[in-house]
Amino acid sequence: MSPDRLDATFAALADPTRRAILARLASGQASVTQLAEPFAMSQPAISKHLKVLERAGLISRRRDAQRRPRCLEAKPLAQATEWLERYRQFWEGNFQRLDALLDELKTGERKAKKEKRKRAKR
Amino acid sequence: MQNTGTLKLETRGDREIVMTRAFDAPRNLVWDALTKPELLKRWFFGPPGWSLIVCEVALHVGATYRYVWRGPDGTEMGMGGVCREFVPPERAVCTEKFDNPWYPGEALVTTTLVEQAGKTTLSLSVLYQSGEAREAVLKTPMEHGVAMGYDRLAELLASPPAQGTEKGAGAS
Repeated sequence: MSPDRLDATFAALADPTRRAILARLASGQASVTQLAEPFAMSQPAISKHLKVLERAGLISRRRDAQRRPRCLEAKPLAQATEWLERYRQFWEGNFQRLDALLDELKTGERKAKKEKRKRAKR
Repeated sequence: MQNTGTLKLETRGDREIVMTRAFDAPRNLVWDALTKPELLKRWFFGPPGWSLIVCEVALHVGATYRYVWRGPDGTEMGMGGVCREFVPPERAVCTEKFDNPWYPGEALVTTTLVEQAGKTTLSLSVLYQSGEAREAVLKTPMEHGVAMGYDRLAELLASPPAQGTEKGAGAS
């Protein structure tokens, strides 16, 4: 991907409305009206966002009679590796806490065993 | 050098994502941490500010499980499924479906624990119903997926003790 294209992609992704539009399109194509529905925004405002996404190559228009639904162009952003990296980070955050918890459980078990031995000696 | 703490993530075939991670603890403790709600709630909640508010576990074949997470802004994300295999403390197979799915069908999650010299390797395989479903997952942008505000994750990783301090901070 060219640096210009990459800039356009990141700029397009920087806006929460546009990310929400992409998330919606990830589940299938949709018309401008459908895309505008969840937002308290006028259709022209949504159309502006769509233009930005289109310029970044993140979405495209289908020629489907009058509706011209938008659909997601996954390639520019969805390098599988990037997703996997995020997924990895998500789990790693969880697993670091699990490490700490397991340490605690191990200590607890050791203490319990010691107690048992003490009691057995008496 | 021990390779505990290194998370390996890979795709296998065209329908599967596999994750492996070693823990410096015996298998029975890792199993407990994966199956006891009071323990799950202490680590299985994603980025800071999120919590696991519903945690119903499935402890036999045919039982259903359900997890719901809540974010700092009140957003909730739920998922659940049915237990297909349950072999403590080494293996569990469950279906997985999110309340707001972003991929078609349900996935089959296989968890296996292998203990060696007091350390346990966790392997988590997610098998999607079709290659298209896995592609949908891999192509999902930003906040979809297991993702719950990944932006905040970077903060967590940069400052491990910070978790919890942000609770209730909301969208400030």
